[in-house]
Amino acid sequence: MPSGLTAVVAKFGRFTLFLGRLVAGIPSTLRRPRLLIEQVHMTGALSLVIIMLSGLFVGMVLGLQGYDLLRRFGSTEYLGTAAALGLLRELGPVITALLFAGRAGTAITSEIGLMLATDQLAAMEMMAVDPVRRICVPRFLGGALSMPLLAAIFATIGIFGAQLVGVAIMGVDAGQFWSQMRGAVELRDVMEGVLKSVAFGIACSAIAVYEGYHAIATAEGVGRATTRTVVTSSIAILAIDYMLTAVLL
Amino acid sequence: MHADSCAARFAGVGYDVGGRSVLKDLDFSVERGRVTAIMGPSGTGKTTLLRLLTGQIQPTAGHVTVEGQDLAVLDRRGLYALRRRMGMLFQNGALLTDLDVYENVAFPLREHTDLPEAVIERIVLMKLESVGLRGAARLQPAELSGGMARRVALARAIVMDPQILIYDEPFAGLDPIALGMVLKLIRDLNQTLGITSIVVSHDVHVIEQLADHAVLLSGGRVAAAGSPADLAANPDPSVRQFMAGSAEGPVAFHYPARDRAADFIGGAP
Repeated sequence: MPSGLTAVVAKFGRFTLFLGRLVAGIPSTLRRPRLLIEQVHMTGALSLVIIMLSGLFVGMVLGLQGYDLLRRFGSTEYLGTAAALGLLRELGPVITALLFAGRAGTAITSEIGLMLATDQLAAMEMMAVDPVRRICVPRFLGGALSMPLLAAIFATIGIFGAQLVGVAIMGVDAGQFWSQMRGAVELRDVMEGVLKSVAFGIACSAIAVYEGYHAIATAEGVGRATTRTVVTSSIAILAIDYMLTAVLL
Repeated sequence: MHADSCAARFAGVGYDVGGRSVLKDLDFSVERGRVTAIMGPSGTGKTTLLRLLTGQIQPTAGHVTVEGQDLAVLDRRGLYALRRRMGMLFQNGALLTDLDVYENVAFPLREHTDLPEAVIERIVLMKLESVGLRGAARLQPAELSGGMARRVALARAIVMDPQILIYDEPFAGLDPIALGMVLKLIRDLNQTLGITSIVVSHDVHVIEQLADHAVLLSGGRVAAAGSPADLAANPDPSVRQFMAGSAEGPVAFHYPARDRAADFIGGAP
């Protein structure tokens, strides 16, 4: 086996073992909800502005593009349905996850990497406190819980953005916009988005925590780890998205 | 030495990494209730020795025993149980930057005990008082000077009343006043609480004032061991060079390189 491939397989193996340690630490984090709430605030609440603004603009673009496309077929009344399905099933989970990797994922990696570089994790080890349980698991769980909530907010704001452009600016009938959407969107469409965002949340948070915890303890090492978080998370999101879409369709 | 009087022991310890021998044939004991200094030039394996002593890495030869327990046979739970009886002061303090001074000192208590908040508060303030920083309880780590950060870290290291305290270069980078304060604290803790202290340092003059026993490492081996006075009188050239702080001696100024003529006359390396 080529050495590059061996290295990738070995890293995937280490990541899987680390994920096992994260999952094993979940009960101890649940017993200390304050740690979890702090991380939901850090990764979720503090990402709200970028998620809401992005959702609004993506929804508005979707409104414009969707209107232009549907107008060619004389079926602009389906704009609400198209926007809702696109946002709930695909754009909401995927763009939220990409934004999450760039905003919260990098913050998690650099924070843990700097804790490593300044001996804070070693100090915890010396105080007989497992840094994986005390530092990594709350961040992993906080991120994994935040992602579906952020994706739901993204999709909701996006639908209002599409409505703003389609109804208020392009003149689509508001009744048709909402009633067509309500008639066509099913629970399984919503669940597809929820399932995807849960998977993305687990993947992005685990990657961010893993890269921070395994960073080389130098300024350059932490920088490289942060970059790897964005690159690996982005590829993972798109690959998982394809796999889940293929399975769920 | 009686087994009971020995807090830690290195028995034939060696440590290799990447085929290179970092430590070789280390054989020495740390006596209970005394201040033992580990000295030696930079790059001689002092930090590796500390990592072996705290079970962060395992030796490739020999055994490290702490409080009668061989670290190699301890699982994570056993190692953590032992570490609760040890405290360590890191060179930079290693304070948790998202917690203030009070919470840093309270951290081990919150993690390992279910004490009521009133009791935690009393213990934390007592420990901060003992390092002279009760008034700094609500400061953030970023607001502390280097000496203050090290004193806070010391308060945190003693908050669980450890039997062994390990200091990694506790005097590095301190001004004379801060150095004097840290030196006095280490001595007081050793004398009043009877804590076994292991101090890694290359500050010969401070160690002469502080340590009961010193182990001098050179090239990954024990070059000399004894009281600081014994080391000062040691005739070995490498020991004399270190103790006198001399540039001339067996420890070369130049890193090994090829012949000068090859670099300066023969062209690029």
